[in-house]
Amino acid sequence: MLKKTWTRGLATLALVPMLALTACSAQGGKPADTAAGGSGGQVASTPRLKVALITHAAAGDTFWDIVRKGAEAAAAKDNVEILYTSDADAGRQAQLVQQAIDQKVDGIAVTLAKPDALKDALKKAVDAGIPVVTLNSGSDVSAKLGAFTHFGSDEKLAGEAVGAQLVSQGLKHPICVIQEQGNVALEQRCGGVKEKVPNTEILYVNGQDMTSVQSTATAKLQTTKDADVIIGLGAPFTLTVLKSIADAGSSAKVASFDLNGELAQDIVDGKVLFTVDQQPYLQGYGSIDAIWQNKVGGFRIGGGQPVLTGPAIVDKSNASDVLKFAQQGIR
Amino acid sequence: MASTATLPSHRAPVIDERIGRRSPLQSLLGRPEVGALVGAVVLFVFFSIVAPTFLQPSSFATVLYGSSTIGIMAVGVALLMIGGEFDLSTGVAVISSAITASLFSWYFSFNVWVGVGLALAVSLAIGFVNGWILARTKLPSFIVTLATFLMLTGLNLALTRLIGGSVSTPSIANLDGFASARAVFASAVTIAGIEVKITVFYWIAMVLLASWVLLRTRVGNWIFAAGGDANAARAVGVPVTKTKIGLFMAVGFCGWVLGMHNLFAFDAVQSGEGIGNEFLYIIAAVIGGCLLTGGYGSAIGGAIGAFIFGMANKGIIYAQWNPDWFKFFLGLMLLLATIVNLIVKRRAELK
Repeated sequence: MLKKTWTRGLATLALVPMLALTACSAQGGKPADTAAGGSGGQVASTPRLKVALITHAAAGDTFWDIVRKGAEAAAAKDNVEILYTSDADAGRQAQLVQQAIDQKVDGIAVTLAKPDALKDALKKAVDAGIPVVTLNSGSDVSAKLGAFTHFGSDEKLAGEAVGAQLVSQGLKHPICVIQEQGNVALEQRCGGVKEKVPNTEILYVNGQDMTSVQSTATAKLQTTKDADVIIGLGAPFTLTVLKSIADAGSSAKVASFDLNGELAQDIVDGKVLFTVDQQPYLQGYGSIDAIWQNKVGGFRIGGGQPVLTGPAIVDKSNASDVLKFAQQGIR
Repeated sequence: MASTATLPSHRAPVIDERIGRRSPLQSLLGRPEVGALVGAVVLFVFFSIVAPTFLQPSSFATVLYGSSTIGIMAVGVALLMIGGEFDLSTGVAVISSAITASLFSWYFSFNVWVGVGLALAVSLAIGFVNGWILARTKLPSFIVTLATFLMLTGLNLALTRLIGGSVSTPSIANLDGFASARAVFASAVTIAGIEVKITVFYWIAMVLLASWVLLRTRVGNWIFAAGGDANAARAVGVPVTKTKIGLFMAVGFCGWVLGMHNLFAFDAVQSGEGIGNEFLYIIAAVIGGCLLTGGYGSAIGGAIGAFIFGMANKGIIYAQWNPDWFKFFLGLMLLLATIVNLIVKRRAELK
């Protein structure tokens, strides 16, 4: 009896999608392939290099897709093979650096979210004669740990840029939404905002659960009626915060850090005031290219100073230009 | 005279305490969820006093929404725990379901309802595989579902990147059927001027259904028996294996409901989401009086557990406490709620 209903249920389950095969959507799906992947350009004639790109990316963060795209573009041009690895845990990231040394790579590009944990591993790399470039985070300690240059945006500077924008728009009471409690870079961003707008409040949300981000931000907006702007520290979180504003019936404006296609569209549409882009594509591209330059001619770009890839403000005035690049996933 | 008085003139009826009638109050106090209920009331009164906005109807709707996104899963997880098993894969299984629906519809440009149907099949299949491996290998469910958890985490990431080209699924907002699917899974209902999210109603309906199954049907007896003592249950003819596989599939179904909400509330899903949420669901069930060893608990309890979690989580925001202490307060509150739960239950059992 029970078995029979089971099989019948399974049969229906199998049938329904089949029937619906005819129910194709008119729009909005995967775009048909249009000569994708045609780089077409000339590849450098230098011998093939093997470069490790080691990040602290948490699984599922779109930001790192853009960094990788930049790195892959440089690699395709410079005849470089990229070994991409990542671990959000600093100790395990250090092990990844060690593994790259064991693999005798020609260069290491690494993010320094937690420099202390990576110190020893990077020293080994430098001792082994492997050129090291740092990217994204750690501009202040990069040179000390033996990297010859750094590609990134100063988080605090970016925060201050946001704060200055808010001040110029007459906004006085921001809520800064941090999606990962204890993350130094995110704290620096909100710290930078607070520097310019002292009345800034910080809200911690659980970035692993978007529904929780939404309801927690709604709760905060309901209780902080005089908040006039809310800041998401990443494009997906900003998009979620927009829903909280609607839920809470709040009149607060929205600002953001980082960028993706949908966020660019929202800026064009005027739903989001502006975002601060640290141009992650350049971080990936620059660090791989710098290693190639170093191998080719011993060049050291940056003159011992970090190479800043941001902050670049994207607001209504330039969002429509940025939009098509954001949709391609390079902004 | 004195000695004869003690002799009974007629035999008094023998009173067996096992079949004695209990007062309604006593039987209420003996329910598994009563401790959690007391904890919930205490927490409610507490936040009503320290956070004035907490009592606003719109704020309360937010608290309910936050509770429902945990509570929907807690229904299935509570049933499973009563049945004596554990599922660590629930947090990521929710996202797997959402990713399946999203990527499938997007890649083939189908009506999203096709993806929704496929996601249901996948969610039930994940539950079935969990239960089937458990039954075949007799390994602890902790190990089996830990393996599923890791595999699903990897699959979510790898497949999303492979198919969509990014670690976040592409937006499906423009696909046919999106509007109707959003209306079903992620809309809000206005009651007396207050917008209440539809998940709250799903949550209540699922709790009622689960309670009815547990307390009024044969399957409910099977669940208690399978969790209490699987061998004894098997000896009296309870289909323990089928019951457990069914329970895992019920958890899968809950994951599908929440996964669809996650997808249609936002139109895209981050593939790394969901990790760690499995513990919230288990915590909700445990606060609600489900024993970690199985055989005891209730679906209502899981719901109250989720509600306590939702109140603590949002109440701290409404109370405007220093956010640095957020996690500490959350932990403290959960601890206090469970202790109240324990004390009330012991008192009730002593009487």
